[in-house]
Amino acid sequence: MHNPHPGLPELDYVKPASLEEASRFLVEHAGEARPFLGGTDCIVRIRDGAWTAKYMVDVKGLEGMKDLSFDPQKGLTIGAAVPMNKVAADPAVQQHYPGLVEACHWVASYQLRSRATIVGNICNASPAGDTIGASILYGGVLRVFGPQGFREVPLDGFFKGPGKTTLQPGDIAASISFPLSHPQHACRYLKLGRNKLGDLAIVGVTVMAVPARTPSGYHFGIVLASVAPVPLRAAAAEAILESKEIDEAVIAEAAQAAMDGCKPINDTRGGAAYRKQMVRNLTRNGLMDVWTKVRK
Amino acid sequence: MSYHRITLKVNGSLEVVDISGNMTLLQMLREKLALTGTKNGCASGECGACTVLMNGDAVNSCMVLAAECDGAEIITVEGLAKNGEMDVVQKTLVDLGAVQCGFCTPGVLISARALLNRNPHPTEFEIRDALSGNLCRCTGYNRIVEAVKVAAEIEGQEGA
Ligand SMILES: Cc1cc2nc3c(=O)[nH]c(=O)nc-3n(C[C@H](O)[C@H](O)[C@H](O)COP(=O)(O)OP(=O)(O)OC[C@H]3O[C@@H](n4cnc5c(N)ncnc54)[C@H](O)[C@@H]3O)c2cc1C
Ligand code: FES
Ligand code: FES
Repeated sequence: MHNPHPGLPELDYVKPASLEEASRFLVEHAGEARPFLGGTDCIVRIRDGAWTAKYMVDVKGLEGMKDLSFDPQKGLTIGAAVPMNKVAADPAVQQHYPGLVEACHWVASYQLRSRATIVGNICNASPAGDTIGASILYGGVLRVFGPQGFREVPLDGFFKGPGKTTLQPGDIAASISFPLSHPQHACRYLKLGRNKLGDLAIVGVTVMAVPARTPSGYHFGIVLASVAPVPLRAAAAEAILESKEIDEAVIAEAAQAAMDGCKPINDTRGGAAYRKQMVRNLTRNGLMDVWTKVRK
Repeated sequence: MSYHRITLKVNGSLEVVDISGNMTLLQMLREKLALTGTKNGCASGECGACTVLMNGDAVNSCMVLAAECDGAEIITVEGLAKNGEMDVVQKTLVDLGAVQCGFCTPGVLISARALLNRNPHPTEFEIRDALSGNLCRCTGYNRIVEAVKVAAEIEGQEGA
């Protein structure tokens, strides 16, 4: 239920001084402490009573969280606390990861993106998360600090259900890294919302094409938002697109396979049958667009 | 519940404020500092009536904890005028009739100021995009967009 009262329930604001301290606190208070970055999911959910938290643990100030760095050999690293507006305004991100910029732009409003982060979008694990598809297709790997220290967590297999990931109490995502992108790649995010801006996706489709030594000459990646409990990779469609020479008919066949491979639900934002057809249409449009760009 | 004493700059003056851990920046501005220009519309990041500048960036103050603002610099609608002179976006919104009930106006002004600070020559699309998080139930938006366009022109001439 939406609650227009500005007040949050009683809680403690906790600002740990180090990752070790933060992780220990989250383990000791498992179930009642929540780490937060921009807070755009946390604050709204806690105010509405959907989530309860005795402690809100502000992890933005911890080491490296606010850094964004690009290395022409190694690629891009985005600290967990870097807000989407900073990511989208960065010239290296614009040049090498344009799909990430486009995805950020589709999230809510400018004000919200001054706070909202990509890592928060990923850890929130909503199937509608707009930046998740591009993060998967660019090969994003989370760097997570937990009770045993740092570990790398690829996004493949990370999502377990709406709001559920493989992260355990005491785990803190500190950054996300992306390998260098292919200079000739193309990536698009097509989002259908109830209005043009600022609504969660009824359907979202991220598509990527990269020149490669496959029968078609390309690797394709397709991730669907809001049509399954987790962000869904359209593997059957990807396989079709790699196996034979691309033309409009093959793209239509792949878009149909993406549609056939998803089982969306009916909810207030859209019916299942409508969602499936929109998956096909957006996938086809997105594929046409990236294919036109890469084959030039 | 935790209690905190924070020090921050609001509209240029240094403030020391005692707050509880669950207090939002919006509540602190309105209830502790009596800066009621910043409005509570939805309390959930949808409407933009609570928009303020935090360290130069437009944010929804209903979704920021006051405790996060220790050391921050906040500008609210009350801080836009300088030496009794309205900011150019305030003048153009008034002159072009872009204000009706006025509830959205403080947030619109802050978003418009933030836009012109980062992009002095926005296109119409960029203006609409930058204001997409500020809902207005009265004006139909066209006059607001027009006023921001004119403000950009005036500021461009003054800068030249
Ligand atoms: C009005 C409104 C509109 C929105 N519109 C969109 C939209 O169009 N598209 C979209 O995708 N989303 C949208 N959202 C959702 C939200 O803004 C995004 O999911 C955002 O990216 C979350 O980032 P954050 O930094 O604010 O996360 P937070 O709220 O800080 O955290 C999100 C989740 O991640 C966990 N978490 C935070 N930090 C860490 C960490 N370091 N390690 C592990 N777990 C962590 C939190 O406990 C929480 O479960 C909207 C939200 C609102 C309020
Ligand atoms: S009151 Fe903050 S966005 Fe509506
Ligand atoms: S003038 Fe009434 S809401 Fe905008």
